[in-house]
Amino acid sequence: MTQTRYSRSRSSDTEKENTGGGGGAAMRVIVPLQGVVQGRGGLVLGSIIPCALFYFLQFYLKRHRNDLDDQNNSNSPGQNSTTGSASSGKLAELPALTRNLSRGLPSPRSQRGPVSVSGRVSGIVKGADSPYYVGLRRVKEDPYDELSNPNGVIQLGLAENKLSLDLVKHWLAENAEQVILRNGKELSISRIATYQPFDGLMEFKVAVAGFMSQVTVKAVSFDPSQVVLTAGATPAIEILSFCLADVGNAFLVPTPCYPGYDRDVKWRTGVEIMHVPCRSADDFNLSIAALDRAFNQAKKRGLKVRGIIISNPSNPVGNLLSRDTLYSLLDFAREKNIHIVSNEILAGSTHGNEEFVSIAEIMDLDDIDRKRVHLVYGLSKDLSLPGFRVGVIYSHNEEVLAAAKKLTRFSSISSPTQCLLISMLSDAKFVQTFITINRERLQRTYALFVAGLKKLGIECIKSSGGFYCWADMSRLIRSYSEKGELELWDKLLNIAKVNVTPGSCCHCIEPGWFRFCFATLTEKDIPIVIDRIQKVSETCKLN
Amino acid sequence: MAIEIEQPRVGLSKVAVSKTHGEDSPYFAGWKAYDENPYHETSNQSGVIQMGLAENQVSFDLLEKYLEEHSEASSWGKGAPGFRENALFQDYHGLKSFRQAMANFMEQIRGGRAKFDPDRIVLTAGATAANELLTFILADPGDALLIPTPYYPGFDRDLRWRTGVNIVPIHCDSSNNFQITPEAMEAAYQSAESMNLKVRGILITNPSNPLGATIQRSALEQILDFAVNKNIHLVSDEIYSGSTFSSSEFISIAEILETRGYKDAERVHIVYSLSKDLGLPGFRVGTIYSYNDQVVTTARRMSSFTLISSQTQHLLACMLSNKEFSENYIKTNRERLSKRYDMIIKGLKKAGIECLKGNAGLFCWMNLSPLLEKPTRESELALWKVILNEVKLNISPGSSCHCSEPGWFRVCFANMSEQTLEIALERIHKFMEQRKRN
Repeated sequence: MTQTRYSRSRSSDTEKENTGGGGGAAMRVIVPLQGVVQGRGGLVLGSIIPCALFYFLQFYLKRHRNDLDDQNNSNSPGQNSTTGSASSGKLAELPALTRNLSRGLPSPRSQRGPVSVSGRVSGIVKGADSPYYVGLRRVKEDPYDELSNPNGVIQLGLAENKLSLDLVKHWLAENAEQVILRNGKELSISRIATYQPFDGLMEFKVAVAGFMSQVTVKAVSFDPSQVVLTAGATPAIEILSFCLADVGNAFLVPTPCYPGYDRDVKWRTGVEIMHVPCRSADDFNLSIAALDRAFNQAKKRGLKVRGIIISNPSNPVGNLLSRDTLYSLLDFAREKNIHIVSNEILAGSTHGNEEFVSIAEIMDLDDIDRKRVHLVYGLSKDLSLPGFRVGVIYSHNEEVLAAAKKLTRFSSISSPTQCLLISMLSDAKFVQTFITINRERLQRTYALFVAGLKKLGIECIKSSGGFYCWADMSRLIRSYSEKGELELWDKLLNIAKVNVTPGSCCHCIEPGWFRFCFATLTEKDIPIVIDRIQKVSETCKLN
Repeated sequence: MAIEIEQPRVGLSKVAVSKTHGEDSPYFAGWKAYDENPYHETSNQSGVIQMGLAENQVSFDLLEKYLEEHSEASSWGKGAPGFRENALFQDYHGLKSFRQAMANFMEQIRGGRAKFDPDRIVLTAGATAANELLTFILADPGDALLIPTPYYPGFDRDLRWRTGVNIVPIHCDSSNNFQITPEAMEAAYQSAESMNLKVRGILITNPSNPLGATIQRSALEQILDFAVNKNIHLVSDEIYSGSTFSSSEFISIAEILETRGYKDAERVHIVYSLSKDLGLPGFRVGTIYSYNDQVVTTARRMSSFTLISSQTQHLLACMLSNKEFSENYIKTNRERLSKRYDMIIKGLKKAGIECLKGNAGLFCWMNLSPLLEKPTRESELALWKVILNEVKLNISPGSSCHCSEPGWFRVCFANMSEQTLEIALERIHKFMEQRKRN
């Protein structure tokens, strides 16, 4: 991040503060002016102040013409280039340079080489080389299969839960055809074919709200009218980023975190992430002190913080946020007047003995604070249906809901899928059975996997939810650094043929931690995986 | 006495509060009027008839017949084999079988005159998402896209809202049937330059919405030449390509590229969807077909925000790869749309109303300028209000499509039964008679 970008954001931030708290400043200018007009004031002040006002006005108009255009809904642009480059600058290398270059070029007839794409593209191209994606590609090229490819790469880097798909499959085999098209009556496609509300069928919202309630063990009752449905949790996070923050603003995100946030929160929105590092000494639990430090750091850098994004259960560690922590978080958010986004996509995948407390429980308490808390959910993890693309934004903030609803036109859920799932989720017996059995299987597989790693001398943080073991492999890395960590990751991928996620992808500040997703494994697979890891860990120990 | 303490309201972003969503325009106000008082054949005969929504309901029976006979499409068959892979499938490449089926379908629509490579197809949840995605990829905030008027009202929202990109209109008028001319394109380009906007591309809809007419070959050649000369992108939204009334009149930009040996193709991108041709807007199926590798790769990654349900991909892959079904569907759909079009044109003519000569789409472009008090936007809107509130027909005023000539209206005819269309025509006839008497 260069100094240029920050000074841009800082000045626009200052602008906002000036206009916001303009009352006092204005008085200091107007009183002497009045004096001048009434013949009482001094000549110097009388000439300087109007001049200053004039320049200030020009500057203010230049900065804010973008806002006026938006509100006037017109096609005229004004001085958009400033704001424009500030946002694209965060993603591209040299945006300003490119723009001048193309303007300076001569007549239309000259061939200028390939037509250029936006500043966003180079950001994308860089991102795809991270270990996270490299690993996924390797698995795709050479996927492990018990019979046909026993030497293939085993996938432990994708948070999928295959443990309970058979239950869903069974339900579908019995019910699917009936449900999608017939719904008990004549086959009729018109019901699902035509334009539907972009934020989801009301029936589906009711079914999803009911499911969310069952997942939180009926501790919370979710109101379907506060539900906005999206094509997966990925757009849900992005939509909230668009709604809660402006270009150049920031969210506080505790780390280690889900690698996808970089894309979901930042990519197209121009919003920044300010990491809040958590440490192994605290079992990677979130501390308000760290949150406060990060908030102040952001301020120093000229980044206006608009909210905090927490994951509960957390990815990759698997921590649950305690009731006390949630209250403290709310206090903090209230004090700074910012939003809280709670990503609870793994709420149904808890497998420990700790009680899961959804932030929705806290939301019920205080009318005013309700407006600052927003929940993200989805069926990709808890119901093992990532392919069906079902995400949820749940909020009591009517403005956020209104804006989010409009944005769902870009990320709507396919109607036949909604119909199918309405039936499935309304089958309370099935849902209850599924949640219970799924939890048992997660617990069992987790225990087996953790025990297996322990035998190799690899310890994990105690996790109460999710599909991951957050393992400390720092003793096995050659140099206590990101470089050392990536070397080990490489060995694991190419020698042990196991795809795991290195902590650096999750922005963990302590090197040597790795995320193992165990929910893609059957019990039979576990010894094979442990065995392969052992081969690498042995060679590492020798060094 | 309670003391009111002002609580600081936690703020939202500019995107959230901006009006660029465009829903305050008559285009959407008309829909609201319909929602509040929808016409129904038996239970609400005096309700508002919806003619402002371009939906195709004329060929549902063909789809239903297919699904009735092929249960494996909607339920993975007996015992649901393949379900597991499908449920877990969230690869943004999309199901290969589905992409192949889409490529074939697009080729069939163009009578085999263009070839499509399934690996250049990027899937999105609807054409709305496809257009927005391309805008994010081809332009930066503050840049501009040139779009010929009149255009689909949704573009103001879809292309500008979150992207921060501007639309500069290419003005077309009735003097030459609203065709796009090199002069008009150049004028728009200059206009953008004078506003200090960097033009990144030109976006055409072919067949056109709202005109209901295909773009002629010569115009397509000129548009492509223009894009090459200015070194900008060309996006061709061909969402109505399967809704032409005859198979030979639609010429895709893909065909132009083929005749040029794909020279300059890397600036061309085609948007398609099943919402109009197949009448399945609820399924949310859109595609971007790009001849530019970098755009394909980036669009694919960006499609993470707008993936199509794997269940839907599976269903449609089965359906569209059934050659017998797709060929019959395309042919029958064309015939029915053509018949509807003839019906409405005749009915309007009887009422003394002329339309632009159309050959595609789910609507006609009706000329009511003789009825305007004054040739102004205000008069047009006044007339529109009368038609909506008194005649109880929701049609779309040309001003919401940015038409520079007042008095034109878009009238959709494929989203209702023939009986309802008859009733709509009767209402128009009565309205015109009343007008003549006054």
